[in-house]
Parts: sequence; C-alpha cells; structure tokens
Amino acid sequence: MSRLSSTGDAPAALASDHLREGLIDRLRSAIGDALLDSHLVPGADVWVRVRTDAWRATGIALRDQLGMDYFCYLSAIDWMPSPFGRGEEDPTAEAPERDDTIRQGYAGGETRFQLLARVVSSTAHVGINIKADVPESMTVESWVTAYAGANWHEREAWEMFGINFAGHPDLRHMYLPTEFEGFPLRKDFPLLARLVKPWPGIADVEPMPGGGDDEEGGE
Amino acid sequence: MTMIDERRQLSYIAAQAADARVNVELETEGMTLNIGPQHPATHGTLRIIARLDGEQVVWAEPSAGYMHRGYEKLTEVRSFPQVTALINRIDWLGSFANEVPFILGAERLMEIEAPPRAQHIRTILFELSRIANVGLFLGDLGVQLGAITPVFMAFRDREYVLNLIEAATGGRFHPNFDRIGGLKDDLPKGWLEDTKASMHKLRTFCDEMEDLLFGNEIFQSRTRGIGIIPKDVALQYGLSGANLRASGVDWDLRRDQSLPLAWDKVDWKVWTHPDGDCFARCWIRLQEVREATKIVDQLCDTMPSGPVMAKVPRIIKVPEGEAWVSTENPLGEMGYYIVSKGDTGPFRVKIRSASFNNISITPWLLKGVLVPDIITILASLYFILGDIDR
Repeated sequence: MSRLSSTGDAPAALASDHLREGLIDRLRSAIGDALLDSHLVPGADVWVRVRTDAWRATGIALRDQLGMDYFCYLSAIDWMPSPFGRGEEDPTAEAPERDDTIRQGYAGGETRFQLLARVVSSTAHVGINIKADVPESMTVESWVTAYAGANWHEREAWEMFGINFAGHPDLRHMYLPTEFEGFPLRKDFPLLARLVKPWPGIADVEPMPGGGDDEEGGE
Repeated sequence: MTMIDERRQLSYIAAQAADARVNVELETEGMTLNIGPQHPATHGTLRIIARLDGEQVVWAEPSAGYMHRGYEKLTEVRSFPQVTALINRIDWLGSFANEVPFILGAERLMEIEAPPRAQHIRTILFELSRIANVGLFLGDLGVQLGAITPVFMAFRDREYVLNLIEAATGGRFHPNFDRIGGLKDDLPKGWLEDTKASMHKLRTFCDEMEDLLFGNEIFQSRTRGIGIIPKDVALQYGLSGANLRASGVDWDLRRDQSLPLAWDKVDWKVWTHPDGDCFARCWIRLQEVREATKIVDQLCDTMPSGPVMAKVPRIIKVPEGEAWVSTENPLGEMGYYIVSKGDTGPFRVKIRSASFNNISITPWLLKGVLVPDIITILASLYFILGDIDR
C-alpha cells in the first residue's frame, strides 16, 4: 500500500483515489485556507487538519456541503510520549533513555493535544478523519450544533483530556465521579496499577514455598 | 417537542380551570424516578434518572460509568497481541467480533493480510458471535416486555453456538483467538458439519421467535409506534447497526466497505425497515440472525484449504502510522483508531463502540414517553454496558 501526502512528493500515479481526493478538494472550496494539511492513503482513508477557529465551521460544512451526515466519533490525542514508559521492562533495571519530543501523526500539527473526529457519508459510504490543534487555553468550539451526537463524546473528551468545549450545553462527567481530579487519558497521568506493582515483571511470580531458586515459579 | 409542550400547556390550563371551579389549588409536583443501576432491563449497570410528570417523562438521562474500566488507557501499556484479551470484554456477548477490527487495523499498518482460510474462519466466528449476541437479545426482549418463555428458548439455543465457539477457540465467552496475521489454530475435525447442523436449529429458533413473540398481539401493541427515530436524527447521533437500518438507512459495513473478510463471497441480504420504531429495530435483528445463519452455512461449504497464519515476526512491532478500521458488529459499528509509533504496543487506541452512540440518543428519545415505554425503548435500542463504558 503506497502512501501519499500533500506535503510529500510521493508519486501519485501508482494508486489514485479520486473519491477521497475529491473530498479534500470539496472541503477546501468550502472552508478555504482553514484547511491546513491533508493526508491520503489511497483506497483506505483520508485525514485533514483544520484551523482550530474553524472547527465548528468545518463540522457544519462537512454536514451540509459534503453530505457527511453520519457522526462516528469525536475524541482527542495526547502526542506527548509517556513519561512512564510502557512499564513492561524488568522493574529492577535502569529506566532507558526516552525520546520525549512530541511528534504528531498524519496531517501534521503544532500542539501537544489534537482533536480527532470522524464523520461518514451514509450514501457514498466514505468517511473522513478530521484533526485540529488544541491551543494552550484548552478551549475549542463545540460540535453539538453541527452533530447532536457529539454531546456525549465531548463530555468524554473533556473529562479524559481536559479540553473545554465552548458552547457545549452540559459539560459534566461522563464516567468518573464528580470530584475526580486529573485527566486520565493524558500521557502524564500515571496508571496507578502499574506504579504500585510492575507488571509482568518478575515480582509477579511468587516462588513456591521451599522451592529454592526456581525462577519460573511452579505448577 | 412543541407538541408535547402544547399538550402540557393545555392540560395545565384545563387543570387550572377545573381547580378554579371547585375553588381549590392542587399543586402537582414532578417526581424523579431512578431506574437502576441494577435492573433486569439494563444488561449491566446503567442508571437512568427520569423526571416524571404523572406517567410522562419530562426529562431523562442515562448515567453511565458504573463499569468504566479504562481500556483506552490500558492499551497504552500493553503490546499489540495482548490488547485482544482486553477488548474481548467490551461487548461480552459477541466477544470475537470485538477482536476483528483491531487485528485488521494492526494488519493494515503492518501491510500484511491473513490467508484466505483464516479470513473465512474469522467471518464464520464473527457471524457466530452475532447469532449468540442477537439471539439472546430476542429472548431478553421478551422478558423485558413481560414474556418469560422466550428467554429460556434463547438461552437453550444460544448454547449450540457457544459450544461451537468453544470447540473452535477454547473459550465460550472470551475466545482471544484472533492473531495478527491469522488465527491461533485451525478448526477441529468435524466442526463444519456440526456448525451446519446447528445453523439449522438456529433457523428453527428464529421461526419460533417470530411466531411466539413477533406475532403476539401484546408485543405488537407495546412496540409498534413507540420510540420512533427519524432517519436524519439517527444519523446525527451516530446510531449504527440494526438501529440505523430500522430507520430506513440502507447501510451495512459488511457490504459497503472492502475488508479482507469473506462477506463479499456469499449471498445474503441487508434488511431495512422504514418505520424506525421499537418493532422495526427488533424485527431487523430477527432477520439479521437469519441472514447470519445463511452466511455461516455458505462459508462452511466454500471453506478454502491452506494455512491459517501468515508469516509474521516473532516479536510484533507495528510500523509508525495511524489506521481506522470498523466492522459491523452485533451491536453496530465498532471501530478502533490505532496510533502506532513503531513500538511493540499502540501509542493510543480510540475505541469507538456502538452502544455509546446508540444510547446517547436516549435523552432525546425518552422525552415525552410513558414510563413503561422507557423499558421497551431501551430494550429495543439494545446496548451492552461494557460497550458503553469500555
């Protein structure tokens, strides 16, 4: 599968995807230069990144002008590498050096947090992934007026990532108790289960009583 | 909504006038009804808070989170093969179907494809999960509307399917059988014949259900015209699966996208219903069980030979990239957005589960309905708590 990006210079002749290329063009004519970047995997999927202040306008343009009538989901990504690692190494070993530069994925980006949403056309059966950078103020426009189904998804993104959605009618906790502090899906939120007991390190396997130095434990 | 407001206003004026005539003042207070977290109609621990005016719901809101297990966070500290053990438990009645889109997403990033035989077996097990899941729904539907018999029949006949899944995978509920690049094992000897015999029994079960339940006058009057979801509202809220097709949207991810699975090799039909009410949603599911038995039958006949596992490295590292794969699960569209940084485990997994969207329409849908219809509507939307809370 070959990958093309509007920023790269990969040859487009190998595999073309007119349907999804047309989507990018139509979105560009609808929202203009608010479309910052796009990424296309021919025959599979398409990604676009839009300016944060055009987030709601993009949703409405997708719904009304591109016929993307089906709301799939809305969430966010924290691009910061986890300061805790994957927690799978030998707990007694020294923590390895980690690359903590923030690298965004497809369609680029500038901020640590990015919004991620997907809408689909129920007639053309083609979907589009939309991303937008989340500014320092952690406040973005709500999509509830564009897609009613965004309501719960924004509540979830708010409690999990701490992103405020301006214009959301009822921003309160979805899963967590009201007095919960912190934002669990941020990378700097520790997974407590792994901190108190490293897993699946050797500490997990208890030796058989009187079993001597059998490291595998016992039957 | 305006109709309800007008009706409420009129009844209020009429009540005021009546009170004025007898020269008394009656204050009727609203009542808050708390349904759950434990209720036989909720498939787990969903709590619904409803404000009532007499028998009518003024405002209702489900309160989720009693079963939130944080799978999106947990995937970040696990390796790709370990994740299937977690996501098995999202929709626990159709476990195998949860594994498939995740594995397909990882395979897409690694640019490998399972051998044809593995694709066939995957599709068969996927459809068997659908039968086990939706078959139980049909029985459960009856018990929620006050008919006790169907649930016994559903549990009896689901056992045939669970036995098949157990024989093939070793697990009745959580197979954990799908691997990146194929399947853990080939099918046991004689499994295909057993499956075809069981599919025949399941079709008989569907006929029984249609006679007993769907033809029942009480069932019809409790479901027809109740909880109508128009097409555009259903799409706006991201309803999927049978709920969407019951509102007249002809869209099935098994048919309308190309995945390396075997649905395009067999003959089957996507059913839609124009009504969008509770009856339509239940009826669509009944037809889907029937279609699933047909799919399994045909796939058993055309099973290709060959290996069930492609060549994959011993330690699986998924190249950097992002992929979205969703499939038509028993409950609706289930998809995973996988972000990989070239590590042994995913960087981030967004789990898009069907029930979360399907149930998010309830605050809109429950406004103005009567209390007994709450149960009917929730039953017909069909959710599984693990699928909401993840």
